Amino acid sequence: MHFHKDHGLSHGTASDITPRAVYEQRRSLIKAMAAGAAGLGLSAWASRDALGQVAQPGKLAALPSARSAAAGAVTMEKLTAYSDVTTYNNFYEFGTDKSDPAENAGTLKTRPWTVRVDGEVKKPATFDIDALLKLSAMEERIYRLRCVEGWSMVIPWVGYPLSELIKRVEPTGNAKYVEFVTLADRKTMPGVGSRVLEWPYVEGLRLDEAMHPLALLTFGLYGEVLPNQSGAPVRMVVPWKYGFKSPKSIVAIRFVAAEPRTSWNKAASSEYGFYSNVNPMVDHPRWSQATERRIGEDGLFKKKRPTPMFNGYEPQVGQLYAGMDLKKFF
Amino acid sequence: MLRHPGAKPLLFVLCLLPAAWLFYGAWADTLGANPAEALIRATGDWTLRLLCVTLAITPLRQAFNATSLARFRRMLGLFTFFYGVLHFLSYGWLDQGFDVDTIARDIAKRPFILVGTATLLVMLPLAATSFNRAIKALGAARWQRLHRAVYAAALLALLHFFWMRAAKNNFAEWSVYAVVIGALLGWRLWRWVASRRARAHNEQPLQHSQ
Repeated sequence: MHFHKDHGLSHGTASDITPRAVYEQRRSLIKAMAAGAAGLGLSAWASRDALGQVAQPGKLAALPSARSAAAGAVTMEKLTAYSDVTTYNNFYEFGTDKSDPAENAGTLKTRPWTVRVDGEVKKPATFDIDALLKLSAMEERIYRLRCVEGWSMVIPWVGYPLSELIKRVEPTGNAKYVEFVTLADRKTMPGVGSRVLEWPYVEGLRLDEAMHPLALLTFGLYGEVLPNQSGAPVRMVVPWKYGFKSPKSIVAIRFVAAEPRTSWNKAASSEYGFYSNVNPMVDHPRWSQATERRIGEDGLFKKKRPTPMFNGYEPQVGQLYAGMDLKKFF
Repeated sequence: MLRHPGAKPLLFVLCLLPAAWLFYGAWADTLGANPAEALIRATGDWTLRLLCVTLAITPLRQAFNATSLARFRRMLGLFTFFYGVLHFLSYGWLDQGFDVDTIARDIAKRPFILVGTATLLVMLPLAATSFNRAIKALGAARWQRLHRAVYAAALLALLHFFWMRAAKNNFAEWSVYAVVIGALLGWRLWRWVASRRARAHNEQPLQHSQ
């Protein structure tokens, strides 16, 4: 495919980053399909360009959305297959093996579900999940996901910016950070009994990070509602940070004055910092972060690909960290 | 049964099965979303498992007075090394793209990689002196002393696995190996202490008769 060595520094619009030959070929393919020359598989692939939403796998309830127009919200990289996205997961509440969540998360009850939003806000509220779903217009966003373990995916998420929710509850001047609390239910989550982490799993963002248009309150992927193993019914996706900064199955969002103690930070503060921005220059003590393996691509014997700063979202989020020593605030 | 002429070839095939299954999985793409990681982990797992089996031979032989078990020890030890080499090659190739520079820096930088590499280096002279002529050339006593390095390899392998899992605080699987290797090495320690006591007792009968 068309692989860029620009470390993600330049990707404005689709036509900027898609080589002419490739999009011309796509257009001729679409024309051929219009003429009835192509099969079902090809038309599903082409629908991504033609209709603005990726083809649904047909596994779960559809979650309609419109392709996002936000800067950096839609990468044109090849999507990771739905089967890989939904069978290779870190969701320790359902077990520590990557295959455990897909096998065990069937027990998760996603209705009824409420999200408590409180703390340093003028209008604290408890949102029913169905009210949250209608709070703002659903957007489809195709983000890179970079795991701290050195692998990555490209996933079409469905959701809206967290800022939409934040604006409704009106944070006070004391609100400096946002803390996310996730479900920890021993009855339905077999991993919650383990001592790997402190439960419930807690994550956090600085308020300006949480307000960033790319920070996505997420309800679906591949045009359908989230599968349980991917953090149903509502999760965060923060594409410029390592995957563990995107908490799943959220039950509370709190606005606080002090930096929240997050779960991985509590477990090993020298290894998992509060910021945990994707940064190829700052290695994890146990492994390098300079390269990554794209799941489902990069054949077994191909070298891993270089990881871009902020996972390729530097043009959009770089200014959030202007003047910060990112080696210290890793 | 242990003395059956077919026992050794059968064990040989059994020991090859995990490798055959992994090669098939890599070829048929049945190793999941991240086949490189699956290969690196599985070859490491099998190195540890075969190391445990190899270390179990002597205790089992003595406990059940089954001298014929010793026939299998060399093959099991060599298969341990074989899976260790596969493990290192999977890491060097699939994770590091055989970039010698990167590998050298990685080994120096990451303690668990350093310890894993050290484990393989400790096993190397044991594999290299596993044939009969080497035993003769070294002399049985010296050969045996050299091959006690397998205890160090076992402890290093455990440390390697511990540090790898420490990144995620996930020690459930590690504990199983720790208990098995602890028991196998503990049994030897206990025998060694007992035999020293017995020798001391025999050499200084007067002191004890007071």
